[in-house]
Amino acid sequence: MSVDTHAHATDSAHGHGHGDHGHELPFWRKYIFSVDHKVIGIQYAVTALVFLFFGFCLMMMMRWQLAYPGQPLPVLGKLLGENNMPGGVMAPEFYNQLGAMHGTIMVFLGVVPLAVGGFGNFVMPLQIGAPDMAFPRLNLASYWIFLPGCILMIASFLAPGGAAQSGWTSYPPLSVIAPAGQTFWLLSMVLIITSSLLGSINFIVTIVHMRAKGLTFWRLPFFVHAQLVTSFLLLLAFPPLEAASVLQLMDRVAHTSFFLPSGLVVSGEQLKVAGGGSPLLWQHLFWFLAHPEVYVLILPAMGIIAEVIANNTRKPLWGYRLLVYSVIFLGFMSFVVWAHHMFMTGMGTTMSTFFQTTTMIISIPSVIILTCFLMSLYGGNIRFTTPMLFATAFLPMFAIGGLTGLPLGLTASDIYLHDTFYVIGHFHYVVAPGTLFALFAGIYYWYPKATGRQMSPLLGKLHFWFSFVFINFVFMPMFFQGMAGLSRRLYDPTVYAHGRGVQALNVVISWGAWGLGLSQLIFIVNFFMSLKTGEKVAENPWHSTTLEWAAPSPPGHGNFLTEPVVYREPYEYSVPGHANDYSPQFVAEG
Amino acid sequence: MDETVYGWWLPPDVSTHGAKIDQLILILHWFMALLFVGWGIFFIYCLIKYRQRPGHSAVYAPIHAIATKYIEGAVVVVEVFLLFGLSTPVWLAYKNSPPDDAKALHIKLVAEQFAWNLQYPGKDKKFGRTDEGLISGDNPLGVDPEDKDGKDDIITVNQLHVPVHTPVIVEVSSKDVIHSFNIPVLRVKQDTIPGQRIPVWFEATKAGHYELACAQLCGLGHYRMRADVFIDTPEDYAKWESENAPPPQEAPAAAAPENAPAGNSPGPDTRPQDHGPSEPKSPPLEQHK
Repeated sequence: MSVDTHAHATDSAHGHGHGDHGHELPFWRKYIFSVDHKVIGIQYAVTALVFLFFGFCLMMMMRWQLAYPGQPLPVLGKLLGENNMPGGVMAPEFYNQLGAMHGTIMVFLGVVPLAVGGFGNFVMPLQIGAPDMAFPRLNLASYWIFLPGCILMIASFLAPGGAAQSGWTSYPPLSVIAPAGQTFWLLSMVLIITSSLLGSINFIVTIVHMRAKGLTFWRLPFFVHAQLVTSFLLLLAFPPLEAASVLQLMDRVAHTSFFLPSGLVVSGEQLKVAGGGSPLLWQHLFWFLAHPEVYVLILPAMGIIAEVIANNTRKPLWGYRLLVYSVIFLGFMSFVVWAHHMFMTGMGTTMSTFFQTTTMIISIPSVIILTCFLMSLYGGNIRFTTPMLFATAFLPMFAIGGLTGLPLGLTASDIYLHDTFYVIGHFHYVVAPGTLFALFAGIYYWYPKATGRQMSPLLGKLHFWFSFVFINFVFMPMFFQGMAGLSRRLYDPTVYAHGRGVQALNVVISWGAWGLGLSQLIFIVNFFMSLKTGEKVAENPWHSTTLEWAAPSPPGHGNFLTEPVVYREPYEYSVPGHANDYSPQFVAEG
Repeated sequence: MDETVYGWWLPPDVSTHGAKIDQLILILHWFMALLFVGWGIFFIYCLIKYRQRPGHSAVYAPIHAIATKYIEGAVVVVEVFLLFGLSTPVWLAYKNSPPDDAKALHIKLVAEQFAWNLQYPGKDKKFGRTDEGLISGDNPLGVDPEDKDGKDDIITVNQLHVPVHTPVIVEVSSKDVIHSFNIPVLRVKQDTIPGQRIPVWFEATKAGHYELACAQLCGLGHYRMRADVFIDTPEDYAKWESENAPPPQEAPAAAAPENAPAGNSPGPDTRPQDHGPSEPKSPPLEQHK
């Protein structure tokens, strides 16, 4: 099927010009069950953006309880039902549901689908000069397995006892004895992981087989390298979690005991299970996925940052090959650090020394990548466009996230900081002002390619500055709360004296979060308004060098009007002796 | 409890091993701050110096930067030092050198949703046998009433009393889900995992009233799974121990007259406080200020 579609698409590119197959597809084939990588990419991106905002809303509700414990939540408190919000005050069970679902939604329904499903699908085939993905129907299947998984996940709020409430990590035995929402969570994970697997195979085959003429490995844009490594991580790391999810599902519905030891007594009653299982087995399987998962979140983001920085500094990326070697090394190493999430489980000192050593080793390629980006600024001619603002902010924010990983990766300091707010601050700096800022940079950068119009630069800059200020009010105070010893996932931190000491910071964080939420409205307005009123642009509005800018904006089915040929490296900006400050890969004479 | 000791940074450390952990945390943060500020200055310099403006253009030729190699090299060297010079030795010293079994006070801890059950071996230094089949509302640990080793065991809920300047080994476990035994001021944290018994040790250096917090999400009551930690002076601890020791069983005068010192009436009804194993109480908090 792939060969057929490929030939068909190429044919279209040669013969008819864009967007025209000779016959018009019906609406549902063109926009709903489309096999076009761009439509699927946009479907993924829009779905993911909706879930990102939804997941953030869950957290904004939790922030009320954290800032003002036990006080009724205005307006919403009445709407969410007496079970969840008795008298308008959040119930602890509901708080735990919101927490578990926030984590799950942001990671599995938000960031990964946007970074890989959205940007990977839309940008990667264009950047390698391909008319579509290698397996377009597999691509279609991938999205349509993902979406029911998401719906199932959200629907779990309606299950008896509510949604999953054992954290996004779902540690048994808690998750096994939890209400029905956990079964939804597990089934949904099986669907989402299956979808990821289909996608990752498609990506790998496409990158390996469908590059344009002249596009050698060392001429690939860094974004494509990042997507390739990400796809391998998805392919190799997700199956263990899929298997583990099925095992946990069996523990719940078939009363097996993969993760349940003998002799459990819950609420004074002996649990009627065979026993003999191990709760730690789940943690190993989960983190074997979930650590590479961190790199699934960050690598595509780094890919976007590379594109935006090269384009806006108007000079070649500094250390391009070093960057590529570093991401490949990161990919390998990400499989041997997982147990640093488990230092407090009582593992032996040989194990823990091994894992803290690998954890320190993995920090080295991250430092190199950051250094390469920093050195790329040096000697540049920096344009502060909206995408560049987000990319610029990514660097110090990712640095904070990376540096604060050190005390957590070292066992001795982890004794104190493990499972405190310090951890939350750390990984949110990596994922929120890190990855999410990179994804915003990507949206502003490729929006003209996808729609043929620019997003409003004024609203874009407002969105950036408000987000940048508020997000630091949200996450910076968490380091101090963690230092004070405040545990994560506490419905009411003022139960503890050391929690009362940092309660004032919770008020700051909550107002920061609500401010951040409001700032996103600027983005939403800009996103929709620009579809109608944005400035119309030609193929290459950013004066960029990579292949996606050779296609029309927006590209039609089959992408390119003529089959692109690649003549040079991806980031040939400001080549001496050339009239323009950019020499695209696809133009024979610069 | 003195709440003024809790601020926006590390709370006081009252353990013998914690100083090294605090030192590592402090050194790490200085290192992080140095790197971040160094990077930050260069970063802002670049953003200003190389901003787009009329007459300015980018440099095509790759910058031959030797400094970055030295900086990256230095980062690696510092990380190796942090890893093998500080973190690993501190961790190994703490994990591999528990106090002498004979000298330490042994306590068994069994976590449950949402309470901390503690079993002290009492004067005979032997724990009574426990069996999960015997667990009931009155017997949260399932102590076997037939076992004579258990007759003098002290059972408490959410009250951890330890003497100051004495090594303590707490063997932690859980009867239902995973919890985490976390006493911030003692720099102690250990997941309590059902099906496993994991020893944790510490030696307190300062008497006072502190908190034990659950650090692992364990259900709807996770947030209130809190226990009081009393680090007692030796006198206070001895007093607490004798006040909380279970009354001798049956007819004490006849069955165990040697246990009743002269002048101290052994009858349970005449004791100042009568604590059955299932209803432990602690002395009023004021005594521990």
